[in-house]
Amino acid sequence: MTEEPMRGNRRSFRHLPQNSTNSDVGPPAYQRGWSANIPSCNAQLFGKINLPVSAEIRCVVALAITCVWDSEVVLRGFSRNSFHDLKGCFAKHMTAQEVRLCGLLLQEHFGEVVERIGTHLLRGGAQNLRTIANETNTPLDLVKKSLCVLVQHGACEFGSGRRGPGSPVEYRASCERVLRVLRYPRYIYTAKTLYGDTGELIVEEVLQRGHMTMSNTVKTVADRLTHNMEEGRSMEYSEVVSAFSKLVETHFLQRCPPVAEMGTAATSTTPATPSTPAAPASTSPPTAESNPDCYKLPHVTLIGRGKRRRSSDDSEEQRGGKKAKMDSESCGDEGIYWLVNFERFHQHFRDQAIISAVASKLDQTSSEIVRTMLRMSEVTTTQTAAYTQPLSANEIFRSLPPNYSISRPILDQYLSLLVDDPMEFVGKSGDSGGGMYVVNLQRALANLARATLESVVQERFGSRSARIFRLLLRKRHLEQKQVEDFAMIPAKEAKDMLYTLLSENLVQLQEIPKTPDHAPSRTFYLYTVNQLPTARLLLQHCYKTVANLIERRLFETKENKRLLEKSQRIEAILASLQASGAEPEQLTEVEEMITAPERQQLEALRHHINKLDSTENQVDETVFLLESYIFSTKTK
Amino acid sequence: MAGRGRGRGRGQMTFNLEDLGIGRGDSLPPTTFKPSPLFPPMPVQPVPLQTGEEVEYMLALKQELRAANKTLPFYIRRAAPKRDVDRYSDKYQSGEPKDSAIEWSPGHPPQVKQPKKPPVGKEEILTKLETLEKNEETVNSEEEEDGEKKKANEEEEQPEEEDYEEDFEEDTDYIMSYFDNGEEFGGDSDDNMDEATY
Repeated sequence: MTEEPMRGNRRSFRHLPQNSTNSDVGPPAYQRGWSANIPSCNAQLFGKINLPVSAEIRCVVALAITCVWDSEVVLRGFSRNSFHDLKGCFAKHMTAQEVRLCGLLLQEHFGEVVERIGTHLLRGGAQNLRTIANETNTPLDLVKKSLCVLVQHGACEFGSGRRGPGSPVEYRASCERVLRVLRYPRYIYTAKTLYGDTGELIVEEVLQRGHMTMSNTVKTVADRLTHNMEEGRSMEYSEVVSAFSKLVETHFLQRCPPVAEMGTAATSTTPATPSTPAAPASTSPPTAESNPDCYKLPHVTLIGRGKRRRSSDDSEEQRGGKKAKMDSESCGDEGIYWLVNFERFHQHFRDQAIISAVASKLDQTSSEIVRTMLRMSEVTTTQTAAYTQPLSANEIFRSLPPNYSISRPILDQYLSLLVDDPMEFVGKSGDSGGGMYVVNLQRALANLARATLESVVQERFGSRSARIFRLLLRKRHLEQKQVEDFAMIPAKEAKDMLYTLLSENLVQLQEIPKTPDHAPSRTFYLYTVNQLPTARLLLQHCYKTVANLIERRLFETKENKRLLEKSQRIEAILASLQASGAEPEQLTEVEEMITAPERQQLEALRHHINKLDSTENQVDETVFLLESYIFSTKTK
Repeated sequence: MAGRGRGRGRGQMTFNLEDLGIGRGDSLPPTTFKPSPLFPPMPVQPVPLQTGEEVEYMLALKQELRAANKTLPFYIRRAAPKRDVDRYSDKYQSGEPKDSAIEWSPGHPPQVKQPKKPPVGKEEILTKLETLEKNEETVNSEEEEDGEKKKANEEEEQPEEEDYEEDFEEDTDYIMSYFDNGEEFGGDSDDNMDEATY
């Protein structure tokens, strides 16, 4: 590559993407080592465990200073250029990290066969049955079963092929849906907080089975609840039905969308599969929401009580939920399947995040006011609305919870405080009715995402780097000198920090030429932070984090497989001995089969696995925030 | 092209090196010759994880879900790999699914199959169950005749049967109640095995 442009030479660097010309003006070589460290904002990792971090070395576009800087060319999961054109690099909106994480999740939940088919579909787009079978070298019946499992859980859709209705059916997997699997514990816990144990079990059953009929759900949940109750008590079906209907009324559960009739009956058979994907020429696919009956409960009379499961029935119970369906009498709601409405849960999480942010920034009363406002606009706000419907202060006053009796003038003061707050969660949209107020959902999400980014920078690079980062977020474009002045940090250190941030891609360099030949001595170099691309970068980091965590957990489990099996065997022996009423000496004898160092090792292993699992859950919270933010900016 | 040759004007660049922060006489950092280490030392310790009831509950939920998934029909396992030689015990090992078939086959909605298949299937299964029951009874009755000394061993035998099923996954041939080779039980089970009918 030529090193310097001749004066007046047309061969300037304009053809190169803007940022890459400045990589040589970037940080010194010793700082360029890419540390694929896991971000630790809300997501924390525990220093005790050395997580496997893949060695990645950065790619540097070397220009004039090849003699000074290194120029190792390697792959990185997320190159700098992909900021600007995600779609160009990864044609199906699925990055390598996402696919890797989806593969691991599928493997954990559905086994290796489904994982292989799933990742193949995710990487390759829509394919028909034969192609899948041939390219993955899997027998046809296994492919069919895997596709059934994926379709049952809503991770895969089928539709007519590319070449029109006569061509074989094509299947397409959905990365987003597979990633939801990570969030299952959060959904179940939320259902528990809202609707108690019954609600929790209903949501758990529906999540585990993909989709289920109401009667089936009610029976299974009643049986499970009965099993946990004391002897002699059992759960009424009607209680479960009431919990189920509450979930449906508040839109947490919805019906599966009806399957459109297709010309060729095709290989997949489950009656109520999710919507058909858009064939190239047709209109957008019918979603669950487009069904007018999607929240209508079927007329089913379920009378009965949960059956207590005896231990002899266990093996029969386990032999497949599908078989159990065959045994039960038909209850009148065949063909009406219910699935969990993830969007509604996400709305709830978003509201929770906003309320807790207000509570931590202002006080409890303000958060209650915001909670009231959000509750009032639950049904009137669409998923992608930028702000809620305007609510008058009178309405808010009337709807406040009774234990928060504040007087009207105080409420007005609180509202004006909320409006004036720089967080901009609440806005005033008019003066009628004592003042019309809205909750700025989009702004709130953006601010929450910004807080997350700032937190990441602070935890990884220190508070002074965080100060520079915040400065750049606020002031957009700043020269190096201005950064040093505004941040009140000495020049040398500011330079160091800026270069570190630059090497981690959290800060970009924008060049503004003074002369047409882009001479470096006559160009402005401005540092800038773009919130959206940085959020995307962090999201990919998070996906990579979770994938690494899962891999490490699998590694730890595999290392100690022998020990784990031994302990399971001992526990089984102990349980059966206790059940058949053995003497304490026998029990201690059996317990001693595990030696003390082995016990310690087991304890350490459990501790590690718990930590890794817990970390996955917490990284998922960050993932949720960033995903919501990115999604809210897309739909405009 | 000017300035690329060595010798005259070597190291001259179009912009001021001072602007980059490399002053005159400053020593440049050493060039790296190898990739960055696999586990680079962390400059900052991460913030500790959140703890609390909520967190613990979700953790327990997650682990339970993972365990429960293995028992659901959605967990598809590959068929146990065919062993080199057909062994006599293959006839009696029904633990592992033979051809990765969990007892559902896509393409046949359950209601359609029901009237036709089960009568035939059920009878076979019933006869099989009866023979197995008879075998168990004879085995059990033989053991009880041997006396109370064997009771302790019997109790061990039952949990050991569970072990047998777990050992299946290790692909050993000989672990199966019918084919108990009697090494662990010290003799009495040998007598029983001779009299069990096949």
